[in-house]
Amino acid sequence: MSFVSNLYSATAEIFVASMILAIMLATAFARGIARSLAYSLAQLTLIVATFITFFTLNTGGEHAFSNMFVHDVPGGVLKLMVYLSMMIALLYGRGYLAERKLDRPEYYLLALLTTLGMMVMITANHLLVLYVGLEMMSLALYALVAFDRDAVRSTEAGMKYFVLGALASGLLLYGMSMIYGATGSLEIGEVKQAFLGMDDGSMKVLLFGLVFVVAGISFKLGVAPFHMWVPDVYQGSPTAVTLILSSAPKIAAFAMAMRLLAGALPNLAEHWQTMLLFVAAASIMLGNFAALVQRSIKRMLAYSGISHMGFMLLGLLSNSEAGYSSAMFYVIVYALMTLAAFGMVVLLSRDGFEAESIEDFRGLNRRNPWFALLMLFVMFSMAGIPFFVGFFAKLAVLQAVIEAGYLWIAVLAVVMSVVGAFYYLRVVKLMYFDEPIVNTSIKASSELQLMLSINGIAVALLGLMPGTLLKCCEEAMKAAAFAVGG
Amino acid sequence: MTDIPLLSLAIWIPILGGVLVLATGSDANARMARVVALLTAIAGFAITIPLYACFDASTAAMQFSELRPWIEHFNINYHLGIDGISLWFLLLNSFITIIVVIAGWESIQNRVAQYMAAFLIMSGLMNGIFSALDGVLFYVFFEASLIPLYLIIGVWGGPNRVYAAFKFFLFTLAGSLLLLLALICLYNETGSFAILDWHQAGLPLGAQTLIFFAFLIAFGVKVPMWPIHTWLPDAHVEAPTGGSVVLAAIALKLGAYGFLRFALPIVPQACHEYTWLVLGLSLIAVIYIGFVALAQSDMKKLVAYSSVSHMGFVTLGFFLHNQLGIEGALIQMISHGFVSGAMFLCIGVLYDRMHSRQIADYGGVVNTMPKFAAFFMLFAMANSGLPATSGFVGEFTVILGAMQANFLVAFLAATTLILGAAYSLWMYKRVVFGEVANENVARLTDLNRREFFFLALLAACVLAMGLYPFPFTEVMHASVENLLQHVQQQTALTPPPL
Repeated sequence: MSFVSNLYSATAEIFVASMILAIMLATAFARGIARSLAYSLAQLTLIVATFITFFTLNTGGEHAFSNMFVHDVPGGVLKLMVYLSMMIALLYGRGYLAERKLDRPEYYLLALLTTLGMMVMITANHLLVLYVGLEMMSLALYALVAFDRDAVRSTEAGMKYFVLGALASGLLLYGMSMIYGATGSLEIGEVKQAFLGMDDGSMKVLLFGLVFVVAGISFKLGVAPFHMWVPDVYQGSPTAVTLILSSAPKIAAFAMAMRLLAGALPNLAEHWQTMLLFVAAASIMLGNFAALVQRSIKRMLAYSGISHMGFMLLGLLSNSEAGYSSAMFYVIVYALMTLAAFGMVVLLSRDGFEAESIEDFRGLNRRNPWFALLMLFVMFSMAGIPFFVGFFAKLAVLQAVIEAGYLWIAVLAVVMSVVGAFYYLRVVKLMYFDEPIVNTSIKASSELQLMLSINGIAVALLGLMPGTLLKCCEEAMKAAAFAVGG
Repeated sequence: MTDIPLLSLAIWIPILGGVLVLATGSDANARMARVVALLTAIAGFAITIPLYACFDASTAAMQFSELRPWIEHFNINYHLGIDGISLWFLLLNSFITIIVVIAGWESIQNRVAQYMAAFLIMSGLMNGIFSALDGVLFYVFFEASLIPLYLIIGVWGGPNRVYAAFKFFLFTLAGSLLLLLALICLYNETGSFAILDWHQAGLPLGAQTLIFFAFLIAFGVKVPMWPIHTWLPDAHVEAPTGGSVVLAAIALKLGAYGFLRFALPIVPQACHEYTWLVLGLSLIAVIYIGFVALAQSDMKKLVAYSSVSHMGFVTLGFFLHNQLGIEGALIQMISHGFVSGAMFLCIGVLYDRMHSRQIADYGGVVNTMPKFAAFFMLFAMANSGLPATSGFVGEFTVILGAMQANFLVAFLAATTLILGAAYSLWMYKRVVFGEVANENVARLTDLNRREFFFLALLAACVLAMGLYPFPFTEVMHASVENLLQHVQQQTALTPPPL
């Protein structure tokens, strides 16, 4: 493969990387307007990257840079979703940051760096490249979490995230080294091939490595028993960062799980299926029960996120094309819903006031019926009630997991959904059944209000016509290199 | 005529009307919200009339069918159609919606637009449930209808409304999620979400049993059957009058309808196997809950328990596996829709004036509200199954059906006639007759024109159905016969081995 066509496959990544450098330079010189310039350029970068990825989407399936890099359809779709999530997150967070004097240009640079990390993760075809992408994403995120550097909470969260994240990266790297030891390769395709005719000893080493790989993935997805950081970090970070943290990295972590488990180690499926089964069951139970007793909305959404990721794993562990595409659908839908939910938290936060407690939603229907209605959409969608899109995500995952023969975990998952419904209903109850404590009207920039409205309506409309997105995920998985069980 | 998508209109006119009502916004425009709501409700009812007028009673096939692909990924279609079983429920639902809008005209002063919109949207969703022929479409309507009812109970309900709203939602959700699992299992077995395909599935008995129990719990919660009925008294007591009316008249019918559309035809062998269970639970509901109703001191709770008892009669009728039983139960469902709705409206009329539902707070109401007393008398009689009212037709037919099946069951079921009369008339006596109990009762004013209108409308329905039930039964024959034939054919086959 020629050098130029290698570059062609990585156009989007190269573009984002050069834009990061350009923005760094530009903001250093443009002192007065640095903040708005950085924001606009960051959004522009994401928009152009969207176009690039979109128009190179159909080339699909080719490898570049000595097979270290794969340019395929599911990667493209996931990258598009990452851009979209980041665009929405930056837009929602802007006013919030400005009010707290946090909208320094570095914020947008770090956000783009973490995006670039995710892009590399999504397109990696080599364990080391994947690791490099993961670290680029994570390091930028650590800095973002601690971005409010004068606040104890924020720095504490950053520290916690960093220490635990570094440990998880270490685990993952250790697992990768075991895989290398057993198979003699780090390239995903070769790892898969090496399974054939492997002797018993290597097999043991490979299994040993798999445990660590699953642990690393679980940490990045934030599922039990590697979930400890999630509530603290979500709560401690500035809400604008929580927006980023809860959406795009989940998509990237899903891509990583797909590449590692379905891509490199499909032959060990029965082993990682069993592991994920327990991880998923534990997350769904823990997430839902712990969310019941939270007073902070951010912590509640964090725990609900743990249970959602557990649900998503049900699709992945089905180890079928339907399962993979349902998991992909789930993670995309989850990103949309969680963005809307945290966007609502940003909306309710005012100058020097954090909409920290669930109680802050009290009487929202009196204060602003429109946003109360949108929040109702999001809550019912998260609870998996039709006509909202969250229901179809659950339907797809449950269908796959039952087809794979795991009826018991499907029963467990739906029983836990009833538990989960309780805390979503509580938010609705506060908004609709109770009278407001404060009666101030909602002040937020019109772009935030507009985008939040679009986001909320999308949750409802996608529920009326989920067909297109489902089809898109299905096609992406069909086009993927990892044929099931092969 | 068949070119017009009547069923889609019956579903979406109320929903879009509801959205329109929502758009009228704050209580400053309350009058406009009420008028738009009423017009929408009338339009919604008008659109269901041609369904009856053009209905072909001679066939059991689905009529007014609409079929469009919806989610191709799962082979889910937007498939609507009605037969003789579902036809009357659409009419009943659209009719009750008008009554509810009128009933809330003055008694709701707070967030009027949202109140009216919730009822209209729910009405559309209910029509969707009764006409969906695709499993997922059914489920989507079935569960989405929880949201408006949850809000209605929670926002406009009584003092303990939060507890009641949560209990209602979580009970029903728990049941319906099992239904979802059953639907997915059926899809995995047959590769289709079409209900009519599932009728031909012929599953092994083991799978049938599992699916049967999922159906039993899902629909049993909704009916509600003893012992999973406990959410209903709470929900009824706390809900505003309109909410109670819709709950009793329509929402409870969803569960019973589910038995006919899903349980009996899809898992007939399991149904036969567990007939004893359903009959037993139904008889407990009829007799035990009848006694429970007798002991109530709160009027709404009393009528709520009487609903459970009457719905026990319905499930009893379905599982007699004969034509009289099923048709009687269907008539009982429609009749109960009118009668229980009217009972709750009567209690609402009293509550609007006295703000109490305790029987002990009343007495001698006939002295100050003679017109009201006359209507209330009729409905109480209908509730206890007096001949010439609609209540009699259904109960009598079910008892006849039970007689064909088993004398003991018929004997036990017939106690409902005594118990029903006991609790309805005893309550009536304590509330309406006697000396004027206190000053508040003395100050009561009789029905106003609006109240007179909707009670008269319901009274006319109750009497018409009692005196001339032919239009109701005529449309059912073919569909019920077909259903029974199907069930018999299926059960005659030896089930495939496990």
